[in-house]
Parts: sequence; structure tokens; C-alpha cells
Amino acid sequence: MISLLSYLCNGISLGSVYAIIALGYTMVYGIAKMLNFAHGDVIMIGAYVTFCAIQYLGLPPMVSVLLAMVACTLLGVIIERLAYKPLRQASSLAVLITAIGMSYLLQNVALLLWGSNPKSFPSVVNLGSLSFFDGQLLISGETIVTVVMNIIIMVGLTLFTGKTKMGKAMRVVAEDKGAAELMGINVNLTISITFAIGSALAAVAGVLLCSAYPTLMPTTGSMPGIKAFTAAVFGGIGSIPGAMLGGILLGVIEILGKAYISTELGDAIVFAVLIVVLLVRPTGLLGKPVREKV
Amino acid sequence: MRKASKTAVSNLITYGIVVVAYIVCQVLIENGQMTRALKGQLVPICVYVVMAVSLNLTVGISGELSLGHAGFMSVGAFAGTIASAWLLAAFQLENEVIRLILAMVVGGAAAGVAGVLIGIPVLRLRGDYLAIVTLAFGEIIRNVLNCLYISLDGARLHLGFLNPNLPGELMVNGPIGVTGIDKISTFAMGFALILFTLFVVLNLVNSRAGRAIMATRDNRIAAESVGIQVTKYKMMAFVVSAALAGMAGALYGLNFSTVTASKFKFDTSILVLVFVVLGGIGNIRGSVIAATVLTILPEVLRAFSDYRMLVYAIVLILVMLLTNSPILSNLVNRFYPRLHRRAREKGGEAA
Repeated sequence: MISLLSYLCNGISLGSVYAIIALGYTMVYGIAKMLNFAHGDVIMIGAYVTFCAIQYLGLPPMVSVLLAMVACTLLGVIIERLAYKPLRQASSLAVLITAIGMSYLLQNVALLLWGSNPKSFPSVVNLGSLSFFDGQLLISGETIVTVVMNIIIMVGLTLFTGKTKMGKAMRVVAEDKGAAELMGINVNLTISITFAIGSALAAVAGVLLCSAYPTLMPTTGSMPGIKAFTAAVFGGIGSIPGAMLGGILLGVIEILGKAYISTELGDAIVFAVLIVVLLVRPTGLLGKPVREKV
Repeated sequence: MRKASKTAVSNLITYGIVVVAYIVCQVLIENGQMTRALKGQLVPICVYVVMAVSLNLTVGISGELSLGHAGFMSVGAFAGTIASAWLLAAFQLENEVIRLILAMVVGGAAAGVAGVLIGIPVLRLRGDYLAIVTLAFGEIIRNVLNCLYISLDGARLHLGFLNPNLPGELMVNGPIGVTGIDKISTFAMGFALILFTLFVVLNLVNSRAGRAIMATRDNRIAAESVGIQVTKYKMMAFVVSAALAGMAGALYGLNFSTVTASKFKFDTSILVLVFVVLGGIGNIRGSVIAATVLTILPEVLRAFSDYRMLVYAIVLILVMLLTNSPILSNLVNRFYPRLHRRAREKGGEAA
């Protein structure tokens, strides 16, 4: 029973990281209608920037994280401007291949800059762990910070898209780009801002992911990235609460699957969830159905 | 005399290039002018050519981005290597050529069955979702193969999942993969497989079915409304592509003494995709040339091999931007009007 509870806690912690990454996917997918394959690698870059800032510049963790957020925001906007913006009218096949190319580019640049040896990531959380049931159930500081961050980000984004002018513009662009342009909304700026927010969140997610699983390699981001996309689809692409729900459910499923079914099959279980969801309910748990027009 | 059609001439050129390349290689080997490293690459080159051509059938002709092509290759490699060992143990089939052919048939069949099973759910999806699900299936195949244990006890095969305690000698040992493979792949057979693949794919493309597949790619709804069974033709392209990848996998597996599932990672799928994109999406001859050149280049330019994936990534992005971005293709048009016109004609033919 206690072990189940501790697996659940781990699952929620991992799921919260997935949820934060999934928010980046879901916003970009909702607005630009593209699968930003490189998102997972922006996470990795964020983690590396934090690592370097702490290790080589000796900056305090909070400042390092802020630095990583700034770096990732810039990176995200630059990627969007250089690689994705020229392809706004192109087929989804072309955009997807470009995004895959971008993902490989980031991984290989990281490989050249930082080498292939895994780096041991220092935890940025200096919070003690909570213990319950006479120390049988430990909840680490990382878990608490991750879950709290997740909730803050979710609430913040919901308020942002619901109340602010830019947030409303985002929802309009997601609905109909042409009409948004006619209403005087700067579509390109809106898409850039979306990429900026998604990438800043990716930096946070990278730091949280590496605090919980402290090996940092150029390929660190790719698997969580794909799984987070799974989470975004699971919750319903384009929906902010959906990304959070999907992320947490997926994290719990993964940890429980690894614990009770097989460690080797952990990834297979996650992907099986994706396939089942897409077949049974392609719009996800909280997504709205889209009707096809000729 | 009837004049040969444009496609027939184009196909003949493709076959011709492959035959000439094969003859040149054989002459170089006879004269001892080929380095050992390059000789070792001959079978992998054949494998990658077949992989690229078969992926082009899915991506270029059928218009669905498959990111799990290496998964089919791994199914073929495992099935082919096991079949080869079993044929030797059960029927004392010493003849290596027949054994290799049978192993490739088994590998192709296994991958084809996997293609049907995966195709049923996958082909109901579109675009990005389809791509991500093929990726997911590729990873699932890799995970499942990592948990697979098969042993050979005399002439009997024993299968275990997550359970290495099997009677007889373990052939497939979970994450360690297939060990003790009889290396029977030859360059000549690789050449034969390329010709077979080209024969299948080119004939399929220029048939009624091929035109139906391309019509479905260009406009699904329009194709459906003129009575084309969309699912059937999509499935046809997907399964043929998977089976050919399986045959290539069998050839690949029997070229090494051990094969692990981790050899067929997502990276391999992307590598093959780079061949297809660089050769020209929908252009079969381009895939053959790109796969050959991009497999030889890193061998020849050792210094380049560190930057291989980096360069491939940049190439992937640049090719996509140059062919799809209105601003950049206008720029190209201004400086090289001929190039642009040709690309446009080709695009009109293929895309």
C-alpha cells in the first residue's frame, strides 16, 4: 500500500514535468498547427544552460534558471523565425521534416559543445523531503516543487489566455488565422510569442526533469519530448487543462507500468496509451471535435 | 517500331545505373582496388538503398510520413536470422544462397504481417498524428524485441517473453539480441534485392494501383468521391513498403554476427528519411543515388564522420526550406531560372 502511494507520488512528479512540456506542445500545435519536434531538445538546451551557469559561472540556482529561460525563449523564437515561418503555407509533411531536422540539429550542436558524456546535474531544489508514516513514504523536495510549479504555470497560462489581450489574440489565431488578420491581429507576432512562452516553459521543465533524473546528455530531451506530446494528445491537443491532466495521467501510467508490469516495457506502455487514445478518442480527453470541410 | 514511353525510359535509366554501379564495384574488387573498409560497406549500401526506396513508397508516393521504418527492418532482421539458423538446424540446408533467399522471404513476410497489424490502426490517422504513431510503433517494436527470448533446441524453436529460461541454446537473448549468426549475406544478393525492390516499386507506381495511391495522396476526398478505396490503397503501399524493409533487414542481419534491437533506433529511421528527402521525395532514382552516396561519403571522409548527423540535419532543413518556402524558391529562381523550372516540372510530376 505504501509502495503504491510512493509510486503514485513519483508518477505525479514525472507527470507534472510531462505536463509542463506538453503545454509547450499544445500551445504551438493549437496555434501554428505544427508538431514542433524540436521542443524536446529545447528542454535539453535549457538544462545545459542551467548546468553551465551553476557549474562554471557559479551563479545561484534561481538566477541560472532565469538565464536558461531567457536563452530558451530566444532559441525558440529564432527557430520559429528561421525554420518554421518560411513554411507557413507548405504541406504538413515539409514542416514536420523541418522540425525533425531542427531537433537533430540541436542535439548535434549540443553534442559538439558539451560532448556525449553524461553530466551529473546538480539539483536546484534545496528543500528537504517530507516524510509520512514514520518515514515509510518520502516525498522529495523536487516532487513538491515540480507539482507546485505545474499548478502555478497552469493557472497562470489559463489566466493569460483568458484575460489578456495577447492571450485572446492567441485563441483567435488558433481558431482562424485569416479572420484574425482581418481583425488587425499581428499573426506572426502572436505565433512568435507562443513559441517564446512554450520555450521558456521548456527551460523550466528541463531543470525540473534533470533535478529529478540527474543525468544530462544531448539526447536527454528527445524521449520526454515525445512522451509529452503523447500527453498533449491524451489530454486533447490545444487544451491547457487537458495538457496537465494528460501529463499527470501519463506519468502515473508510466511509473505504475514500470513497477508492476515490466521495467523494459515502460516506454512501450506509454506509446500503447497514445495509440489507444488516438483510435478511441482522437480528440483526447478534453479536446473539442473538429469537423472536416471539403 | 513503337517508341518507348517516357516512364519506361526513365525506369530503364534507373535499372541501368544500378547495374553499371554493380559492374564497376565487381571490377574494382577483381582488381583489388577497393579498400577493406569500403568492401565492408557494400552490403549495408544495398540495405540502405532498399530501405530508402521502400520508405519513398510510403513518404513520396503514398504521402504519409512514416517514422518507424527501422522497426520493420528490425522485425525482418530478427525473423531472417532466426529463419536462417532454423533452416540450417532443421533441414541441414547448407546452400547459402537458397538459405539467404528463404531468410529474406521470411523476414519480408514477418515485416509485412507487422505492417498489416500496424497499418490497420495507423492508416486511420492523418498527417502529424500518423507520423507520431509510426514513431510510437517503431519504439514499441524495439521494446518488445528487447524482451524476446528464443532458443533453438535441435530443430525446435522455443519462444519466451521476458523469460530467458528456455531449453536448448539461446539464440535471441533479450537486450543482447541475436547472437552467433552465420554471416551469409553477399553483395551479389544485395544487388539482386535492389533490382527486385526497384522492380516491385516502379511497377507498382506505374500501375492502376499506383495511380490510385497517388490520387489518394493528392486529395483524399476527391479520390474517395471517384470511387477509390482509400484505405485499401494506402494499406497496399504501407505493407509493400514494410515487407521490402523487412527483406532489407534480413539481409542486414545476416551480414553481422550479432544483431541487437538497439541498432534499429529512431536514428536509423531518420537516416533513411534523410536519404529520401535528399534524393527527392517521390523520386525513386534519387533515393538510390542519395542512399549510396551518403553511405559511402562518411567512410571516405573520415574527418567528416563526426559532423555527419549535424550536416544531415542542416541538409534536411535547407532542402525543405529551398523547396517549400515561397521566398527562398523565388530567390533561387532569380539566380538559376533553369534549375527552378526543372524542379517545378519534377514537383508537378511527383507532388
